[in-house]
Amino acid sequence: MALLELTDVHAAYGSIKALHGISLKVNDGSIVALLGANGAGKTTTLRAVSGTVKKTSGNVLFDGQMINARSPEDVARMGIAHVPEGRGTLAQLTVWENLRMGAYIRRDGNGVKQDFERVVSYFPWIGQRREQVAVTLSGGEQQMLAIARALMLRPRVMLLDEPSLGLAPLIVRDIYRIIQAINREQQTTILLVEQNARTALNTADHAYVIEAGQIAVEGSGDELARNESIRKSYLGY
Amino acid sequence: MYLAAASVVQGVVQQIVSGLATGGIYASLALALVLIYRAMEALNFAQGEMAMFSTFIAWTLITQLHVNYYLAFAATIAIAIVGGVVIERVIIRPVEHAPPLTVVLVTLGLFFAVNGLAGKIWQYVIKAFPGPPGFPQSAVSVGGVSLGIQDLFLILVTIILLTILYAFFRFTKLGLAMRSAALYPETSRLLGVRTGWMLALGWGLAAGVGAVSGMLIAPIEFLDPNLMQPVLLYAFASAILGGIENPAGAVAGGFIVGVLLALIGTYVPGARDLRLAFGLVIIVAVLLLRPGGLFGRVHLARV
Repeated sequence: MALLELTDVHAAYGSIKALHGISLKVNDGSIVALLGANGAGKTTTLRAVSGTVKKTSGNVLFDGQMINARSPEDVARMGIAHVPEGRGTLAQLTVWENLRMGAYIRRDGNGVKQDFERVVSYFPWIGQRREQVAVTLSGGEQQMLAIARALMLRPRVMLLDEPSLGLAPLIVRDIYRIIQAINREQQTTILLVEQNARTALNTADHAYVIEAGQIAVEGSGDELARNESIRKSYLGY
Repeated sequence: MYLAAASVVQGVVQQIVSGLATGGIYASLALALVLIYRAMEALNFAQGEMAMFSTFIAWTLITQLHVNYYLAFAATIAIAIVGGVVIERVIIRPVEHAPPLTVVLVTLGLFFAVNGLAGKIWQYVIKAFPGPPGFPQSAVSVGGVSLGIQDLFLILVTIILLTILYAFFRFTKLGLAMRSAALYPETSRLLGVRTGWMLALGWGLAAGVGAVSGMLIAPIEFLDPNLMQPVLLYAFASAILGGIENPAGAVAGGFIVGVLLALIGTYVPGARDLRLAFGLVIIVAVLLLRPGGLFGRVHLARV
């Protein structure tokens, strides 16, 4: 069943149109990748879900509810955690404060404690560096912290914007391994945006290729990875 | 000769303590300015007038309704916080996303509105504001240095106020969310923070802190609707000296300005009347020589 569904979504930054009718489905418990070139509209698609860009028409359905007109804070409160482009690190706050902010909407103190331990099990370094100011972390650590922060919300859907951006291949592999583990173990549905198509297709159950604000191709991760003409014309490898 | 030197030292120490006392008042109002600046990158020109208005409420409670001084002090802070929240929600919210200059102009309008309203309600006649019971207007001698008991009260209140604010922002979830919302509004919204309300709460806290500064200066200066205008100038000087985005810097700036003004007023002949001008000199000098302030960083404009 589709937990998240976009139907013919148009969106614009002021007078500049960015999405020209995006329709896609994200099934409950799956990992879905949005691929495509720079400026194709991948980031804007995530922003259309979290309410951080103005949708001019179309529908966003989450768990059967229309969330078109919801503010970003309300979308977050419904259980959608968006790790934005550039990771949105709360740079001058400590690692611990970043995680506490991740759990801001939670009212269950004990559950938050458990989730903190869970986060440390995924990212053991966090346990020892709680008091470190986030701006002093490496790029890879900041990406992990952003995912950890999103986990603290105990979301049903995580939106990840280019988790591999600017990171060394080994770290990218680590991060994707953890994304898969979170998906499997927490049953967190994941919609991620990637330029690094090869890595994303290895992980994703389903993928969409966006071109100029529209869906150009879709298919299972394997299908797209095996199809040479799609790889060459859209994914550049 | 030796005795003369000793009495000079005693005099200087005395002035430093009294400077720290008034400096605490400037520090409080400077902190109020910084709280709002960090959230909206705009100076609130009405900060002093809001404090003045709160002080009149305290005056009414104490002298007209005969409420206990300390109870009135606390009640005024609470009223000021609510008032600050209401002002933000009603007057500032419509221009929340406008350029900082628009916000500044609105606060300038608020300045005149609040001043006029206070004049209408309480008239432009100076009023005596009572000092704190239990702290007489006399002095104690410590090692030959005579310290005003009310000065010690000012310093005590400032320390308590700063400690409470520090603990609030450092240790409470709400304080953390307010810091996060002020520094990183976009990410904060993605985490479910209602940043608009955090801003309103920031205005409330700033108004509460400002009310304290008004109630502390009123017994020294007499109360009238123009009470806070010089204080606002010194608070600007303090905040800019310490770094307008740095709360701890603004507090340090407040104490430095207080001490400098006390020393200059006492030891530079004829300078007592030039203290306002001196406040301006600090502002201009810091902006020219070290725009980020003593403890701040130069802020590069975003384009």
